[in-house]
Amino acid sequence: MNDSKIRGAEIVIKSLVAENAKFIFGYPGGAIMPVYDALYDYMDQIQHILTRHEQGAIHAAQGYARVSGKVGVCIATSGPGATNLITGMADALIDSTPLVCITGQVLSQLLGTDAFQETDVVGISMPATKWNIQVRRVEDIAPAIAKGFHIARSGRPGPVLIDITKDAQVALGDFNYVPCLNIRSYRPYPKVPDSVIDEAAALINKAKRPYLLYGQGVVLGKAESQLKAFLDKTGIPAACTLLGTGALSEDHPNYVGKLGMHGNYAPNLLTNKCDVLISIGMRFDDRVTGDVKRYAKQAKVIHLELDPAEIDKIVKADVPVLGDCKVSLEKLIEKVEKKEHPEWIKQFRVLEAEEKRVVVGNDISPTKIGLTMGEVIRHINEFKADDAILVTDVGQHQMVAWRYFNYKTTRTQVTSGGLGTMGFALPAALGAQLHDYNREVICVVGDGGIQMTIQELGTIMQTKAPVKVVLLNNNFLGMVRQWQQLFFDKRYSFTELDNPDFIKIAEGYNFKVQKVDERTDLRQAVAEMFVHDGPYFLEVKVEKEDNVFPMIATGSSVEEIRLK
Amino acid sequence: MKRRYTISVFTENFIGILSRITLIFTRRGINIDGFTASESREEGIYRITIEVNTTEAQVIQLSRQIEKIIDVIKAFYYVDDEMVFQEIALYKIPIESIDAGLEVVIRQYNAKIISAEKGFVVIEMTGHKKDTQDLLEVLKDFNVLEFVRSGRVAVAKPMVSIDKYL
Repeated sequence: MNDSKIRGAEIVIKSLVAENAKFIFGYPGGAIMPVYDALYDYMDQIQHILTRHEQGAIHAAQGYARVSGKVGVCIATSGPGATNLITGMADALIDSTPLVCITGQVLSQLLGTDAFQETDVVGISMPATKWNIQVRRVEDIAPAIAKGFHIARSGRPGPVLIDITKDAQVALGDFNYVPCLNIRSYRPYPKVPDSVIDEAAALINKAKRPYLLYGQGVVLGKAESQLKAFLDKTGIPAACTLLGTGALSEDHPNYVGKLGMHGNYAPNLLTNKCDVLISIGMRFDDRVTGDVKRYAKQAKVIHLELDPAEIDKIVKADVPVLGDCKVSLEKLIEKVEKKEHPEWIKQFRVLEAEEKRVVVGNDISPTKIGLTMGEVIRHINEFKADDAILVTDVGQHQMVAWRYFNYKTTRTQVTSGGLGTMGFALPAALGAQLHDYNREVICVVGDGGIQMTIQELGTIMQTKAPVKVVLLNNNFLGMVRQWQQLFFDKRYSFTELDNPDFIKIAEGYNFKVQKVDERTDLRQAVAEMFVHDGPYFLEVKVEKEDNVFPMIATGSSVEEIRLK
Repeated sequence: MKRRYTISVFTENFIGILSRITLIFTRRGINIDGFTASESREEGIYRITIEVNTTEAQVIQLSRQIEKIIDVIKAFYYVDDEMVFQEIALYKIPIESIDAGLEVVIRQYNAKIISAEKGFVVIEMTGHKKDTQDLLEVLKDFNVLEFVRSGRVAVAKPMVSIDKYL
């Protein structure tokens, strides 16, 4: 017997270390116990974060991945442990977040026998992963992990699942880690042909009212500085999607606002006035386009995109620029003429002033009695650092925080965009904070969403991650209530909540706490939160029945955006 | 406009690849009319032929989504004119039905009896769906006990080789 052989479980950990994974977010259980046993000897090389639920583990891994740009890693046991990861996988797939999820599986001879905690997680996770595999032999573990990391982080990133049977974890094998650099059936970076660049540049150069939309692809492609240089040269106004937010500083003179159902007035409305639409690393989500039959029909569309399946999926591209947007932008910058579009940008500013007058003023500096979500964000802006990270959940608070938070740098926006996963924020904030304890991480969350993963307050307590939790409590599932008010004749069917004493709960988890229900106390409370060195829980009782505007109702066109 | 398309997929031999491919259709509520899989000329590379009745815009999207699967090497789509294809059909006929008329039908359709068992014979015919369906209609007078038709096997007329994508 060769004593250089090690157990499969140890190969799992050594492979993760070889991939420079700093954190594992996980939860132990029967079928993954050998891996946890191996982990005991590697605590100095890799940090395991014990969450309170597997969903918390995967959302934390997502938060970490979004902020760090690295692959998030999470581990769970078979059966319920594995199925609890599914929501996070679906979320990571639609939001292109690189994850490697490792699950334990029952002994390979028990597969298909309905063994204890057996579930077909490879089958279940198929539509929720970029790639998945079941490993039943010890010699296949390291290659599967290597392939998984390569797939997760290359091209358009996404989650992968590696399901490892318990017998493979305990079997002995050699460890010889070979990183995966190439898979013959997988071409993550299509080459950008020069002819297409010429075509795009020609369109841009003769455009009278060019308009640029940027999405998370700019962040994932690390093309932020190229985007800025392109805008500096061309003078084109630019608007962001929810996940593209932060790729360009909101102080940039060409920045005109946010797209989508609850985005800004001008950028939505003027989509139907531009003559050339340049979209970069975004996928024309229905929340962005509204009625797609009435979306930018007058414009020639140039689509810079890495994923071939996104080209023409929703909006037909006149000039598809398939490839890495960083490369495409660099080539385009060479070919576009130096220009300015003051008259065109002025059209945005006029509408922006209109939105400020009708909506923004009342949102962030209200005169009515009840506190608004917007004014809480205004005070956060007052005290936050430039590189503070905002993590939000899903619903009204998410849209308000996104609208009013002052984003200055990239990777400062972490939210569940495509899937709209309530319960995302709290664990994702923990993951974001773990990446860098010195960065401010503000978790803005609603009273509905926080209760979906509230147990993760325990993980924050245990890790002492100095997350600032800001609970905007209106005792309602506010976004659903808003829809019920506007589209369901105010029939508030199961949206009002009898809530617990959140302060007592947070105190129970050792958070420093503060509760505000008067405007006069708000500013001071926010200021105190930022100076506290450690986990902080600020509950703000906000107006019960406020609505988020502007709004593009489902089925409406972007030009039918309502200010009230 | 909807019409018949054949999607020809070249894949690695990877467990689960068929599920991943069919999920793309089920998710969009698109019926698969025919499905066959076999090893291709290249060892280890599988060739899957899928028949579907849909629009060109949709078949382009389907092909791109299929190509997006990590272990798929390439997906091509064709209309019938761009392919040479064939299907096989088997008909099970009871012994009592056999008479001189059946011989005429078999000759007429260029079909053949491939097996004679106690109590029944099995007739085989290869051709396009229309032809095998015609034969089924005719054989109904002979009391068809069972009928089965394969998915389409097809080769493309355009001279594009998969080698180019390896």
